Amino acid sequence: MVGTVKSQRPVNLDITTIKFTPQMIASITHRIAGVAIFVGMAFLIWGLGLSLQSQESFDALKECMDSVVAKLIVWAILAGFIYHFIAGVRHLLMDAGYFETLEGSRILSIAVMIVSAVLIVAAGVWVW
Amino acid sequence: MGMVTSVTSLGKNGLYDWVIQRATAVVLGVYFLCLMGFLIATPDLTYDQWQAYMSSTYMRIFTLIALISMAAHAWVGLWTISTDYLTERQLGAAGTVLRIAFQAVCALATMVYVVWGIQILWGI
Repeated sequence: MVGTVKSQRPVNLDITTIKFTPQMIASITHRIAGVAIFVGMAFLIWGLGLSLQSQESFDALKECMDSVVAKLIVWAILAGFIYHFIAGVRHLLMDAGYFETLEGSRILSIAVMIVSAVLIVAAGVWVW
Repeated sequence: MGMVTSVTSLGKNGLYDWVIQRATAVVLGVYFLCLMGFLIATPDLTYDQWQAYMSSTYMRIFTLIALISMAAHAWVGLWTISTDYLTERQLGAAGTVLRIAFQAVCALATMVYVVWGIQILWGI
């Protein structure tokens, strides 16, 4: 590899030396939420199966949903969906050419976090 | 075109993956809103209501499309993450092995989700 153009390019991707901006936080949390949703899908499909199998399994799932732990898991998955959804809209807006400036993207990233936070709190109220 | 290709990406190149990611995102977003809208609009949901809603032709087809979209969307997303972080630059020589292993687990889980979901949909 020595001597190729690629290896001579300066690289600084040391995450520990980079100052995190709102844009970067919005991006990395979008990714984390995506992975979390993928794992959470197992719970959701399992729950979907129970909810549709029979009246008995539906009632059992409903009873299970009364526990704090179950509510927390559902809320966490919902929070993941909400954040991933709103941050996804951010991507679509930027794809369309909006908020592409440094300041614009900063404002959009902060807006994503505020809107998500409000919706996640609302989801928590709905679950409980 | 074709300069940066990878056998493990879903489309032929980044542009295909980009379009697949956006198109499936819109499907999944609309599906999420529909399902949440129904659940919020029916606070004291009974089994009969829920069963009737999910077994309707409209929701069966929509759920099937959502499952397939989820599979494609998750693959592009997880592939992007794995090729960003699970690399030889980040992890040394084990990078490629770890990346392929991660992708294999993701592919398997995705297939299980889709088959499991279809089984539930067609069992009701």
